[in-house]
Parts: sequence; C-alpha cells; structure tokens
Amino acid sequence: MNSIIVRDDGFHEDELSEAVFTSLETLKTGVEVPVYLHLENDEDPACLPLYFCWLRLIRIPFPDFADGRGFSLASAIRRLGYQGCLRARGHLIADQYRQARQSGFDEVEIGKGLAARQPERQWLVQLANNPGSYQDRLFGKRPVPAAPKSGHLRPELSPSSAGMPTV
Amino acid sequence: MYNYSEFDETFVRARVAEFRGQVERRISGALTEEEFKPLRLKNGLYLQLHAYMLRVAIPYGTLNSRQMRQLAMIADRWDKGYGHFTTRQNVQFNWPGLGDVPDILDALADVSMHAIQTSGNCIRNVTADHFAGAASDECEDPRPTAELLRQWSTDHPEFQYLPRKFKIAVTGSRADRAVTRAHDIGLRLITSEEEETGYQVLVGGGLGRTPMIAKIIRPFLPRQHLLPYIEAILRVYNLSGRRDNKYKARIKILVHETGLDELRSRIEAEFERRLADFAGVDQGVVAAIEEAFAAPAFVARPNNRHLDRLDADSNYREWVRTSLARHKRPDYGIVTVSLKRVGGTPGDATSVQMTALADLAEKYSHDELRVSHEQNIILPHVSRADIPAVYDGLRAAGLASANVGLISDIIACPGMDYCALATARSIPVAQDIARRFDELGLEKEIGPMKIKISGCINACGHHHVGHIGILGLDRAGVENYQITLGGDATDKAAIGRRAGPGFSAEALLPALERLVDRYLVERQDGSESFIDCYRRVGEAPFKSALYPGATQRRTRFRRRKRA
Repeated sequence: MNSIIVRDDGFHEDELSEAVFTSLETLKTGVEVPVYLHLENDEDPACLPLYFCWLRLIRIPFPDFADGRGFSLASAIRRLGYQGCLRARGHLIADQYRQARQSGFDEVEIGKGLAARQPERQWLVQLANNPGSYQDRLFGKRPVPAAPKSGHLRPELSPSSAGMPTV
Repeated sequence: MYNYSEFDETFVRARVAEFRGQVERRISGALTEEEFKPLRLKNGLYLQLHAYMLRVAIPYGTLNSRQMRQLAMIADRWDKGYGHFTTRQNVQFNWPGLGDVPDILDALADVSMHAIQTSGNCIRNVTADHFAGAASDECEDPRPTAELLRQWSTDHPEFQYLPRKFKIAVTGSRADRAVTRAHDIGLRLITSEEEETGYQVLVGGGLGRTPMIAKIIRPFLPRQHLLPYIEAILRVYNLSGRRDNKYKARIKILVHETGLDELRSRIEAEFERRLADFAGVDQGVVAAIEEAFAAPAFVARPNNRHLDRLDADSNYREWVRTSLARHKRPDYGIVTVSLKRVGGTPGDATSVQMTALADLAEKYSHDELRVSHEQNIILPHVSRADIPAVYDGLRAAGLASANVGLISDIIACPGMDYCALATARSIPVAQDIARRFDELGLEKEIGPMKIKISGCINACGHHHVGHIGILGLDRAGVENYQITLGGDATDKAAIGRRAGPGFSAEALLPALERLVDRYLVERQDGSESFIDCYRRVGEAPFKSALYPGATQRRTRFRRRKRA
C-alpha cells in the first residue's frame, strides 16, 4: 500500500490499490463489465457519456502540482453529466484540495511521503477555512452531483454526503 | 467606486489567514520552496534581485484617498518610504520582509485591498481604461465589466494553475487607452446595429519575446454571455496551451500554432456546452456592481480662476496643455499627474507624495484616483474651477512636471536595479534621456512621443509598442541597447520594427539625439508628431540617422549578394 486517499473526512487507505485500470483506448473498443478508467490529462473526454454506465470511477493524473489541466478536465467531465466518483492522483498539495473539490473531484490519491509531510490536518483545514467562492455567488451553487457513487467504496468509507458546501 | 461587500471582506480576510499559515508551513518545511512559490506568487509576493517584492492589486487602476493613504502608511512602516506604480495599474513595494507580509496584507484588507493574483500562472489583475467613467469618447464605463471579471476570476478553482499568466483588459472607448490589443484577452464595449451593447472579443495579444497583436475572435458577444464565453476561452487554453516551454505557453502561441479559425471553433463548442447549464449571472451581484460605478454628483461652477491663470501664468499654461484631458462634462477636466520627474524613477512616488495625492483627490476629484498603465496617476473628475488649486498642490509636492505624453514621460521596467531577470539597466537610461532632452530644451518642440524601455526580452517596459522602443540586452557581459521604431499602443496598435544593430550604453543617447533631430527636419510642421511623420516617410531616413554611413555599405552588400 503506497497511496493515501484524501476525502472530506480525512485520510484513508486505498481500497483500489490492487484494482486494474482501463485506458480510454481500451474503453472505446468496448467493455463488458464496469471498469475503473484512467484518463490521461491530455485526452478528450467528449466521448465519455457513451460509457458512463460502465464507469465505476475515473482517475485523472497530476504529473506535477503546477499542471492544472486536471482541474479543467474534471470540470468538463462533470458538465458532461458524469455523476460517479472522480479521483485526482499524483502530485497535489494540501493547498489545492479545495480547488480539487470545487472542480468536481471527490477524492485525491497521494503518495505516503507527501502524506507524511502534509498530514491530514493540513488538508482538512482547507474545508474548515472555506469562505465560500465567488463563482458560487455569481452562478448559484452548481448542479454538480455529489450523490450516488459507483459502488467501489465500502459504505463506511464513503465520503460524507454533506461534502463540500460549495460543490 | 466599488466598496467591498460582506463577502469580499470575509473572503480577503480568510485569504490573508491562509497565507499566514502558508508562510508558517514554509518555515516549518511542510511546504517545499517549489510548492510555496506558486502560493506566494498568487498573493503577490515575488523574489527579486535583492529582496522580496510585494505587488498590490489596484483593480482596474481605481482607488480612493483612504486607500492611497494606506499605501503611504505601508511604504513608511514596512518599506523604504516609497512605492512603484506599474504598467499593470498596480503598486509594488520593493523591500518587505517575508515575515511582515501577512501583516501588510491585513493592513490592505483594512481598506478593501489585496494582492491576490497579481502574479503566478493565473488570471491577473484585470485592467481598464484609466479615464473610465470620465472620458468624453466613452460608450460605457468598462469598470463594471472589469469588476465582474475580478470576482469571477478570483480563486477560480479551475484556473489557478494555467500554462502561464493570463491578462485581460477592458475598454469602453474608441481610443484604446487600455492597450487591449496587447492582452491575452481584450474586451471592447461596443454597440451593435440593433443598439444592443456587448463586447468585441480579442484574443492572443501580448508583448514579451514574441510580440503579437490580438486578433478578433468574436466580433460581437452579447453582454449576458460574457462569463460563459471567457470561461470557454480559459478552459480551452488550460487544456491545450503548451506546458513544455514557458516561453511558448501564452495563449498567443496557441492562437498562432492552432490557427484562429480552429481555435474559434473549439471555443465556440465549449461555449455551447457551457451555455447548456448557464442560468445567468446573479442579478443582485450585477446590480450592486453597476450601482457602485454610478457617476459622482458633479457640480457646475464658474471657471474664471482657471481662465485668468491661463492668461497670467505660462508655467500653468504649459502644465495644463500636457496634463489636462477632456472630461465628458465640459466644465470638468481629467488631470494626469506625471510620476516622471526629470531625473527620477518612472512610476515611483514617495509616501509624502501619495498622501498629497490622496488629499487632492479627496478635496478636488470626488475622492477618486487612477493609476495609468503609463505609470502616472490620474485625478479623473476635477471641476475646472479647482484646477489652479490642484496645480498648486501638485507643485508643492513636486508632482507638477509638465511632461505627460512627451519624450520624458517614459515607461521603463525596473531593470537591473531590481529585477532578477533583467539583462540591462533601464531606469538609469530613462533618467539620462529625460535629463538630456531637458538640457537641450527640446521637449516641448518635439511634442507627443512615447519612449518605452525594457531591460530584458520579457518586455515589461512595453518597448514593442513604443514610438521609440529600447530593449536592453547583455552582449558578452556588456549592456547593449536595441532600438525599435514605429510601435503604437493605441487603437492603431503596431509592433515596432528593429532599426538595426544595438548601441552601447554610451552610444545610445547620441543615437537618440540624431533620431530626434532627423524627425525635426523631416516633419511637415510642428503639428506632425513623430509617429505620424514616421508613418508618412517610412523608416529609411530614421535608419540613416541612427547609422550614418551604414546605408550605402549595406546596399552595396545586398547587390553583390544578388549578383
């Protein structure tokens, strides 16, 4: 187990550490059982709605915390209507947790080294200190779903349905 | 003027507290320097050559006397008693200590100010015409648009880690004082044939290493679609802008490499998708913004004193000629206060001067000041009856230089005196030019002239759009200055052309003198400005003035090559 999953209720072990992830290319050739999708941050999500019912989770990599493509990608996927679980994976720092949640991610997968340097408290304080967002004020709360997860989570580990007040 | 809502206040205070925590976590090691860097940049904190530099946002360049006094207080308490007004209508403090910065940010929040997104790869402080709300040629005040964009772009979760910085400018006038065509996005308020107000949207302008003039991507955008459309541009840019080379990461390169038509179709497709779940912008917020920019209560008063002084005092007359612009009301004027005292640092003001400006604004300009991208201060609403009093007040503060728009009204970047990126000095060059033409007594004779100086290829001094642009480079450890000619920052925007080989620091001033002498010979009469003359006669006479004797040789060389 090399990863930690950050959710609104704190750090968790990664239940998917053994899971096999499918690429977009494979997905497009057709699948017969629900899959975990790994979407590169330069791939076009436009075709995804065709496959939403087959997706248990979408994982988007952050090769570097300064590479913000994943935020736009998550937002685009939510706007396409995806209601399942969205996971950010890689180099995100605690200071980006609120942005990740507001862009549509449900959880963040980080390495154990980063988790030791930036412990749970530093991530959760991002939510506690949330003053609300200008975007919500201008557009009203966005209809980004926080509801049904695709079932990869054990019930006791599901993110709190209250979630971020701004999502 | 816009006053903070309760939300703005809460947001800015939370942001200060967050940054205070980030500074502590940097010191404890929880954040690496690499991770801390974008966080401090988003809060305006740069690491310069000698020290940290704090860049404070002055949204669309508008501030009131209370805010200006607070800047003076900060300059005295935490800096060296002065501030530097910039080409992005901001103010910079050059010597703050890292540990003091959270306290400075709190002091800014006390007067509804902040340093959010004045740096970093995010949407920067939105700029606007510095004559907004006062100009006689305005179709609509651009500041409500700029404020709406400020709110929308502030801490936008999607757009905090863009490929590169992103600059937006708005104008409501035909005369483009906001240089919209040199911005990532330029917005021009226009009225359609159906009498509907909306925006002409330009994209892909920028200076820097690869100067480009922005292109029209949407001839007309209905007002209510502003935010979804800008969001579509930003999303396409965030997903497809280059990240492999920071010098090719601005949207202008994406426009150039993708092609305007292809990019337009991607943006339109994204815009359509965004409109599908767009229910409009909260009208309460919009109404509050618009109300905040209602015109002040102007008062009609006789202007005899102004007229008498014009007759009696030639210094006053000279100052009025350069510093007073037409206001939308004939009995008012717009005063530009030059921060370009001969021999001084362009854009610098001492705390005493800032306080004097605050006092004058409070008393004579409906409590408003502006910062222009030309690094001057504007008093936008002065009754003509009060202009003599304003002049006397400025004189007492050492701020009555009658050189606005003339050869010594130079834009210069901080250059090697402050900046870690600079390859040459620019402030001393500006000072030398101003001094020399002052000694020659030629400034008035030369008339309107924009000289802009950058101390490196990144072009913070906007040299590409100077009538005469000067670019300082390093050639094997020696400063070398290239001259460009024919640039223009107005609605006739143009990138200047390089005249030829560069000049050493010593040879630069004589070269400029030859250039100016040639203009005085070539011009039809005193009413033909340098740039108009240049456009009429072309670059040849100016090149031969810069490189006497060189023209013939080069022609011979070319002929030989052809043969």
